[in-house]
Amino acid sequence: MKRLAICVALAIAAPALADSSLPPAHWADRQLPDARQEARARALMEEIRCLVCQGQSIADSDAELAGDMRDLVRRRIAAGEDPSEVRSWLIQRYGAWITYRPPAEPITWPLWLAPIALLVGGAWLARSRLRRRAKN
Amino acid sequence: MRWLRFVPVAVIVMLVAVLVWRLASPPDAEIQSQMVGKPIPEFAAAAAVAGTPTLSSADLADGNPRLVNIFASWCVPCIAEAPVLTELKRRGVTIVGIAVRDRPEDVAEFLAEHGNPFERIGSDPQSSLQLAFGSAGVPESFVVDGRGVIRMQHIGPIEPDEIPAIVAAVESAK
Repeated sequence: MKRLAICVALAIAAPALADSSLPPAHWADRQLPDARQEARARALMEEIRCLVCQGQSIADSDAELAGDMRDLVRRRIAAGEDPSEVRSWLIQRYGAWITYRPPAEPITWPLWLAPIALLVGGAWLARSRLRRRAKN
Repeated sequence: MRWLRFVPVAVIVMLVAVLVWRLASPPDAEIQSQMVGKPIPEFAAAAAVAGTPTLSSADLADGNPRLVNIFASWCVPCIAEAPVLTELKRRGVTIVGIAVRDRPEDVAEFLAEHGNPFERIGSDPQSSLQLAFGSAGVPESFVVDGRGVIRMQHIGPIEPDEIPAIVAAVESAK
């Protein structure tokens, strides 16, 4: 009885109003007819960060705003814009944060230099170890 | 070089310390618009609701500073913000709205219930205007000066204790 009551309650419960009642934008979940344009749009969508679910790209996110951003990307690329132009339009508004491909600027230098530093450190460590072993 | 063997331990300890610190106090998830200090994007929106004129970028560059409020009828925090906007209007702030992903009948219902402090409201059915402003959610507000330059961004609902700061920001944008 209790279980039934819970099921009924779940069935009639209205979801919290976190989303609008409008359908997704036209190009949110629709591929462009031109396969080459669609491929370019797709590549860009995979490197643009969703503003709502911040760990996902707009290609992966189900958030409404991500759908609207996919619509924007596809619309602009269908209109003949280069993906790099769309990308810089977004960076102009949200900063480099919006892309998963951070530009090489002073604040991101450690990010780019860390792998090199680790490789050099590792090589140095391996060298001294191997030398010691050769001595023994 | 005996101390060298403790380097990996130190690195792990540091790593764990950083992870614990960031888990305990996560970084600010607010995304600041980079449009502050820049002119508003050019746009001409459709009317969001019958009875309130629509909004275009030209309306925002007529010499008077305004508060541009990005809201939606489906946005719960916007309900909490509504009385604050009414109070801002009472204190002489001109407020214009951008209704994100909304239907005219829903906007009308929202305004009937929570008051209409808006001089103009533009409709933004695909969030494209919101994206052009560099806004990441609702509600958000922008102070735009008389020449149409964005002077300030406020993320989230304006709280009652923030009213004086907003009034001052609009005043100084003259």
